Amino acid sequence: MNTLSALRPGDWLTLLGGGVFCAWLTALCWNGGAADRAIVRSGGKIFRELPLAPDVRLQVPGPLGVSIITIHDRQVRIESDPSPRQYCVRQGWLKQAGEIALCLPNEISVELAGRSKRYDSLNY
Amino acid sequence: MTASTTDRLRERGSDERAGNLRSLSLNTTAQDHHLARMAAAAFGLSVLEAAIPSPIPGVKPGLANIVTLIVLTRYGWRAAAWVTLLRVVAGSLLFGNFLAPGFFLSLSGAVYSLAVLALARHLPQRLFGPISHSILAAFAHISGQMLVVYLWLIPHAGIAWLLPIFAAAALLFGTINGWVAARYLDNQ
Repeated sequence: MNTLSALRPGDWLTLLGGGVFCAWLTALCWNGGAADRAIVRSGGKIFRELPLAPDVRLQVPGPLGVSIITIHDRQVRIESDPSPRQYCVRQGWLKQAGEIALCLPNEISVELAGRSKRYDSLNY
Repeated sequence: MTASTTDRLRERGSDERAGNLRSLSLNTTAQDHHLARMAAAAFGLSVLEAAIPSPIPGVKPGLANIVTLIVLTRYGWRAAAWVTLLRVVAGSLLFGNFLAPGFFLSLSGAVYSLAVLALARHLPQRLFGPISHSILAAFAHISGQMLVVYLWLIPHAGIAWLLPIFAAAALLFGTINGWVAARYLDNQ
């Protein structure tokens, strides 16, 4: 018996419908992570909200000095910072909504935000 | 059918008092035995499946549903509902999660699947076979489970992230189980 003969015409239709449904669900549920802007804070206040295009290089003054925030190819990073341990610089490129880099001594942060703001349930 | 079995549960104590021992007897029909045998087959598949390690937590093939599909096609929806619910309850007793969250997840999945199968069996048989039934029931199953998870266990929108994984698993295993049931029914 042929392996495929168990499939009746309607079964192919159901299979196709199921595949389309899965693809739609994936697009719906996994695209919330797409970021559309970067929020730059200094001293706890919003310093600037930037779109992810075009590419820019932003200088943000803090208590220790100037931090440089770079947007490139819809990603954002802190390029340089006067803080001693450089954690926020080493964090590298931020890509998805909800990602955040903090430079604590210099009181500067950059956060990627998407259409809907999601809360981190562990910290919120 | 089996519902009447409960009515036939008689206490025969007063007549057959033998040294103050009272006995309960359950009068069962051949049909009850038949349902019980099929539920046992489904139950066996559940046990077998529990021994297979799952690559992703929460994703199981649901092999026992092959029995449900065969019973649905051969003996109708009522028989399929009995076999499925008996398997869920008996399985939870064996695995030790009766009335625990896992039991309610199984139950909600089973109830949603059966509800969808009640509608799906009215699809024209010439076009839609057990594979369609299986895929639709698998999606219903995961919908029922995720609803219980969201309303009761993890009321957080974050579970939406898992939906595509579970839906893809439902499509895959729904197709495989339905195909096995269809091949079995064709070969008989």
